[in-house]
Amino acid sequence: MELDPEDVFRDEDEDPESQFFQEKEASKEFVVYLIDASPKMFSSTCPSEDEKQESHFHIAVSCIAQSLKSHIINRSNDEIAICFFNTREKKNLQDLNGVYVFNVPQRECIDRPTARLIKDFDLIEESFIKDIGSQNGIVSDSRENSLYSALWVAQALLRKGSSKTADKRIFLFTNEDDPFGSMRISVKEDMTRTTLQRAKDAQDLGISIELLPLSHPDKQFDISLFYKDLIGLNGDELTEFMPSVGQKLEDMKDQLKKRVLAKRIAKRITFMICDGVSIELNGYALLRPATPGTITWLDSTTNLPIKVERSYVCADTGAIMQEPIQRIQPYMNRDVMFTAAELSELKKISTGHLRLLGFKPLSCLKDYHNMKPSTFLYPSDKEVIGSTRAFIALHRSMIQLGRFAVAFYGGTTPPRLVALVAQDEIESDGGQVEPPGMNMIYLPYANDIRDIEELHSKPGVAAPRASEDQLKKASALMRRLELKDFSVCQFANPALQRHYAMLQAIALDEDQLGETRDETLPDEGGMNRPGVVKAIEEFKESIYGDDSEEESDSGAKEKSRKRKAADAGDYDFVELAKTGKLKDLTVVELKTYLTANNLPLSGKKDALINRILAHVSK
Amino acid sequence: MARNREGLVLLVDIGPAMHSVLPDVEKTCSLLMQKKLIYNKFDEVGIVVFGTQETENELARDIGGYENIKVLRNIKVVDELVVDLVKRLPRGPVAGDFLDALIVGMDMLIKMYGAGQKGKKRLCLITNAACPTKDPFEGTKDEQVSTIAVKMAAEGIKMESIVMRADASGDVDEKTIEENDHLLSLFSTNAIAKTVYVESPLSLLGSLKTRRVAPVTLFRGDLEINPTMKIKVWVYKKVAEERLPTLKMYSDKAPPSDKFAKHEVKIDYDYKVTAETSEVLAPEERIKGFRYGPHVIPISPDEMETLKFKTEKGMKLLGFTDASNILRHYYMKDVNIVVPDPSKEKSVIAVSALAREMRQTNKVAIVRCVWRNGQGNVVVGVLTPNVSERDDTPDSFYFNVLPFAEDVREFPFPSFSRFPASLKPDEQQQAVADNLVKMLDLAPSPKEEVLKPELTPNPVLQRFYEYLELKSKSTDAALPPMDEAFKRTMEQDQELSSSNKSIMDSFSGGFEVKENPKLRKASKRLLRDKPSGSDDEDNRMITYNANENSIDTVGDANPVQDFEAMISRRDGNDWTDKAISEMKKQIVKLVEDSTTDEGDKALECLLSLRKCCVLEQEPKQFNEFLNHLYELCQEKKLSHFLEHFTSKKITMIPKSEAADSDVADEEAADFTLKQEPKLET
Repeated sequence: MELDPEDVFRDEDEDPESQFFQEKEASKEFVVYLIDASPKMFSSTCPSEDEKQESHFHIAVSCIAQSLKSHIINRSNDEIAICFFNTREKKNLQDLNGVYVFNVPQRECIDRPTARLIKDFDLIEESFIKDIGSQNGIVSDSRENSLYSALWVAQALLRKGSSKTADKRIFLFTNEDDPFGSMRISVKEDMTRTTLQRAKDAQDLGISIELLPLSHPDKQFDISLFYKDLIGLNGDELTEFMPSVGQKLEDMKDQLKKRVLAKRIAKRITFMICDGVSIELNGYALLRPATPGTITWLDSTTNLPIKVERSYVCADTGAIMQEPIQRIQPYMNRDVMFTAAELSELKKISTGHLRLLGFKPLSCLKDYHNMKPSTFLYPSDKEVIGSTRAFIALHRSMIQLGRFAVAFYGGTTPPRLVALVAQDEIESDGGQVEPPGMNMIYLPYANDIRDIEELHSKPGVAAPRASEDQLKKASALMRRLELKDFSVCQFANPALQRHYAMLQAIALDEDQLGETRDETLPDEGGMNRPGVVKAIEEFKESIYGDDSEEESDSGAKEKSRKRKAADAGDYDFVELAKTGKLKDLTVVELKTYLTANNLPLSGKKDALINRILAHVSK
Repeated sequence: MARNREGLVLLVDIGPAMHSVLPDVEKTCSLLMQKKLIYNKFDEVGIVVFGTQETENELARDIGGYENIKVLRNIKVVDELVVDLVKRLPRGPVAGDFLDALIVGMDMLIKMYGAGQKGKKRLCLITNAACPTKDPFEGTKDEQVSTIAVKMAAEGIKMESIVMRADASGDVDEKTIEENDHLLSLFSTNAIAKTVYVESPLSLLGSLKTRRVAPVTLFRGDLEINPTMKIKVWVYKKVAEERLPTLKMYSDKAPPSDKFAKHEVKIDYDYKVTAETSEVLAPEERIKGFRYGPHVIPISPDEMETLKFKTEKGMKLLGFTDASNILRHYYMKDVNIVVPDPSKEKSVIAVSALAREMRQTNKVAIVRCVWRNGQGNVVVGVLTPNVSERDDTPDSFYFNVLPFAEDVREFPFPSFSRFPASLKPDEQQQAVADNLVKMLDLAPSPKEEVLKPELTPNPVLQRFYEYLELKSKSTDAALPPMDEAFKRTMEQDQELSSSNKSIMDSFSGGFEVKENPKLRKASKRLLRDKPSGSDDEDNRMITYNANENSIDTVGDANPVQDFEAMISRRDGNDWTDKAISEMKKQIVKLVEDSTTDEGDKALECLLSLRKCCVLEQEPKQFNEFLNHLYELCQEKKLSHFLEHFTSKKITMIPKSEAADSDVADEEAADFTLKQEPKLET
């Protein structure tokens, strides 16, 4: 756990809400990757993006490898197993031929993915032929049926965990659309029947089987020969299935690295509408800044996690203080003392309820009326029957009348006025873009709003305004720079993606950092289109005229830097550094040197001194 | 007066018409003084009241006139007396002339500071502006006011008028009010002056900016349309939370005889390898680790530095889009304001052109920002136009942070349309709701918008300063009750709800709500406390079976059943404790004489114990026991049982599962962590 001194000193009680907003892992998923390793998987190829021929086996394996790398970050509590079938060697608990469960030490066969697993699996293709080997496992004479065995092994692996709390899935990669095609009719029927029965058994246990067929360029995988029955497709689904396969593979590979969180109720809220009507709402945190995850401090020599212990020490006597500790506020030349209990009592000004105060037109909600991410509210009849009905009625009226509700919400510190804005459901392509409900927007108090506009007013002097022509040019520019189909969260957070790439590179000893693209940069190609360039040029010309490039800087900044540099001249830092007397200076004095030399100002005094010493010795 | 100090003259109307609101004026003013004492203790304040019987001001002495104006305090540094002074303002018998008072105040400021201190001189007028002003000796009132205002602007004096319009009814003269409003508006056009009209005590409390914050830019640089077209802008915070002052910790350990005791408290951090050892690591011996799957990957500061995402300061335009594409609830943080660099006229025009055109066409701009060099991340946000209504204020943009793809949690919720009719309102109920939304109106057009955020103060801060003042007088002062004025932020307005009584009644009549009878008290509490309280799982918890209530020991045969039956007995208070202690004994027994099979049974018992300790909110009992068990196993080398432990992920009960626990979520997992032999690197 990282302790931020700022945080520790903050007298504010931890926002009780914050613990609700902490991210929680989603409910578990158990996945078995079943990969066909028959010779056909190696001999069939299809062209990759860069025109190289890649074997189906390679495609399947690299897809899984990619998927694992996102998986370990997104849902690291999920457990996975990798299992080949149609292999020469066998390795499975049931000791069945032709099935090989791939694993690494210190890990159960089905377990959370580890760095070691990903690392070794990345190298699987090099060692595969030697260690595992490919061999067709469906042999008519011996009645061997490796597909059957593979499903059996997978099902056995997935026995772990309760099906009520976890999703269980088998991903089956193969390019053989008719596994029993070469059999004699009687054997074929028999094998088909037993294999389908095996699959059905698995499905009855709550395991879903997903097929990821690989097609040969000139012969498409024919799902209708066998697999449609195995995965239970019929009618329309059948025709839609094959076209969607390519996308599925892509999706598996190119997942955004993003920790997936369970849908959880952040808070149960009692919404008091008027006397006698209090309804039950659930609050959800649908939008919260994602973080790279908690930092665990480790001992740098052993890499073992360390425990942080915090203690309060009396500066006068050195005695350890017991919490809670009294607080003081210097006021009028005395220290006014508060006990922790008094402070928390002071902040307790309301019950945690949400109290309706009235309604206003949406135009009263200004763009600067915002403090922190909103909370989504959705009704529940679980404890209070009738909640949903009242909520829907208000929701409809508010949308219809273009109004939002103002309410007092006691569930935060400090309690705040909130705006409840009704949101209609928005759907696109069958998916829900915006759920129906109300968004609770935390409003600032008068204390929190600053009047910057006034600061920039010059009384009696009219501020320059754009002319008709300039407005016209601005309008043309805006039309040119229109973002088509912009959606609010289309950008991945470049720093976060970079962090995950770094973590992966270090964990897996990769030489190169996985590529992360900064999607937030302006689209250069688009910006350089002649039409856009022209519009910008014209706008620029209308504002700046054709002569001056830009307004010249007044040079105020330079001056102030010089002034600071002069201040620093009061001390001979080189001399002080040599004699070790830097510590006698105040932080402010130290900072003058740092400013003058364009060095960072962050850190404690020791850090500042070290920085100066390093700079001086250069 | 040094930099960043303010000289303020308060001009308070204490005429008869103001008497009813003076208690609230006193509160506002004392809050202002208190905050100065804490945050700006070198600020200087003068106080003038008008509407008094007597006359006492320099102008009256020197040149005559300026009657009924009394200087209560000359401009000087804020001190202990000033709070008391504004808390006990006199009540005056005369209707005062606010113009005269303004001139007196202005004169005081000019005499005190001369022409220096531009922008740091402030006049604050609190009046109801309902009394007629005297005609000037020559010219019209308009001319007189304009002259004063121009003088004010030239001297760099800011003016703030708070005009009470509490009861516009009664015997006030409409004409006078109209004239006075007009005069006040003349100040606004000619000087840095703003006038706030307030109708309730609450907005009076909110109208005066009590905390003076020196505005600091968070960015000065280019708003880049493309590499050739740049606009010089400054970015400030428009909204930032005002918190309670940071209270220092106080130590009373020093003996009372120690006169030099500082009474300070230091915070020490010890970094320990394990909880047991006393070995302490130096801060440099630590290294940051991040979870990667089940393991923690250490990353050295050097690696961090070389590999991290690097940014370059700047604001880059990505493009424009329809305002409707950005739903209001996507705003992620407090709000910034982007103003053009005041020294660059062309930038002012460029911002004006874009802002006005955006307003006209209902568009917003998407920008990518890095406020400082070396900032760890970029921010993508939306610029919305802030077209100024005042001629002398440049146009600007508001800036709001938008979420990244990772910040959005896409959870589907059922459509309202798919609910059965029983959960939906019928036509009549809908009409009732429509009525409520229409009539419970906080922004009726002719009147002041009620509960405007700009005029609504933070009740907790108000209460803190009130308490501070009381405590400074007497150490054991009781916490004052919430100020009456704040009722309006916390409850529906009495007046509004009584005038809409029939609507409220029909709403509560039309929408019947009742507690779900199927949920019994006990399970209700469970629902609340269960952390991952997602839907149906909750109902599958232990079912209490009344028939088994006679069980009073945890036997060997079915320990789990016995225990669960016992703990659910409600015919006495101590069954919970008894059951837990019985179960603990049973587990220890099972572990101690365990073969591999017994280990499984012990594990079942342990899981059951954990579950019940969560339900009964007895996290301590379980956590302590788990520690004990862990030690026991180590001592007796019962490692196979410990392995079970790890594989079943038995953790201590963290805070998120039981509020009483003092184990943080991370630590709960740590417990299993420390059993893992060694971390892979």
